[in-house]
Amino acid sequence: MSIWVKILYAVISVAVATFYGITLGGIVRKIYARVHGRFGPPVWQPFLDIIQTSSRRVAVSHGVMFYLGPVFRLAGGLGTYLFIPVIYGSVVFSNFSMAGDLLLVMYFVFFGQLGMALGAGEGGHPYSPMGIARGLSQMSAYEVPFSLAVIAVAIQYHSLNISTIVGAQQGSFLNWTLFTNPLAVMAAMISLLGMNMHSPFSIVMAPQEIPIGPPIEMNSGFLAILQTNRGLFAAAKLVLFMNLFFGGATNLVEMILKTFMIYMFSVFVGAAFPRFRPEQSFRFFLKWPALIGIISIIYVAYF
Amino acid sequence: MDKKDIDEIEHQMKLANEGLPENERDLFADARPSKVESQNRYFERFRNWARSRSLWMLAFGTGCGATEIRPLMTSRYDMFRYGIAPRPTPRQASVFIVGGYASIKTIKRIVRSYEQMQGPKYVIALGSCTINGGMYYDSYNTIKRLDYYIPVDVYITGCMPRPEALIAGFNRLKEKIRAGECEGMNKYAENFDWYKNNQKQIIKDWNMPDYNW
Repeated sequence: MSIWVKILYAVISVAVATFYGITLGGIVRKIYARVHGRFGPPVWQPFLDIIQTSSRRVAVSHGVMFYLGPVFRLAGGLGTYLFIPVIYGSVVFSNFSMAGDLLLVMYFVFFGQLGMALGAGEGGHPYSPMGIARGLSQMSAYEVPFSLAVIAVAIQYHSLNISTIVGAQQGSFLNWTLFTNPLAVMAAMISLLGMNMHSPFSIVMAPQEIPIGPPIEMNSGFLAILQTNRGLFAAAKLVLFMNLFFGGATNLVEMILKTFMIYMFSVFVGAAFPRFRPEQSFRFFLKWPALIGIISIIYVAYF
Repeated sequence: MDKKDIDEIEHQMKLANEGLPENERDLFADARPSKVESQNRYFERFRNWARSRSLWMLAFGTGCGATEIRPLMTSRYDMFRYGIAPRPTPRQASVFIVGGYASIKTIKRIVRSYEQMQGPKYVIALGSCTINGGMYYDSYNTIKRLDYYIPVDVYITGCMPRPEALIAGFNRLKEKIRAGECEGMNKYAENFDWYKNNQKQIIKDWNMPDYNW
């Protein structure tokens, strides 16, 4: 296939994922509002917010790294998304999937946060390093069960290629990792709670404690990039989870349904629970989810 | 005009930051705010529409006013359905709500917060105290008129106005934004010396930079 066609497909794929991710954000805000007994903002409110922030007439920068922070964050989102095959068997949505892409995606999931840490630190506001310290600690904590789950999946399917892993789960819903290796899915879904940063793991942004944390100095266009990335990155993470644990998708409607249901897991937990304190959150991930992850590896390796 | 004159004018255009100690003056900008015009009329109309549908407010609770801002977030009044959301930092907020009387200590913070907001920025002044002093008209340490110090787009009268009145004020602000009448940011830049003069008259211990971009 010509590289230009490939690029065209990648652009379409990214546009669809960004649109879907941002809309999903709007739907989730609406769901939270209904839980609170409010009407809530319209579903398209995140789009209006992005237009509003990107149409500010002035923007304050605090230096080169301040510029690069949101760019790294967006690069992390794009990198994560572009190496995941979104729809199994589709040419347009296969992105740049290749052998060993799972490792690359795992790296890109955390790349954005590190870039953001460098950028936000230069803003000079005391709340942003506080948020970054919380974010990076929580990231290291939830990475443990997630990595264990991914290792279990890699052992189970003898592959680090997401396409192969999805291929092995086709046929019947009983072939999904959810049913063949439920312990790994359990560990991964708990780490997803931390990744999505809804309550009880919303300690990074925590508007009432450390006013929105890392991006506190981000304004105008910088914030618009971060908001766009939030949509894209959410979609990428959900697609990754769908591929690894829930049998992937063979068409767009299936993809949307499955990722929506996966996201609803963290939304339901988020709507029901209050926020942890930072140390509670870190300890939580290193206890039961990590243990479940280890058991899942032992299970697939020896049984 | 030779180069010396130009340098002299440029020097006069710079802010002195005289309130700061000598060794701290370099840490802050000495540039004045400049007027920023919109480029394209039709594109600006679309942007104004989006701005009016997504108001991020920085609520500055100076006293009793804050009591009436909180209920807006509750399920009873639910400002989110009108596209209004609270924002905890002035860098990201677009609407500045001054909730009631402003003492001389507070006006300092109001000025700093207002100047840190990224334009176009709008100001809603809440309660009678911001219009003519209200019940504090003869107080020795509160300001009487807010728009001597920062440009105000919408006033909401009352002591205190109910949350419904606040929502009505927001709707008035939206109309003004869509009509392109909310140019407080440019007004502040154009009349910068007048505003600064007023601020410095009332704030005796001016120990901050002249413009907190």
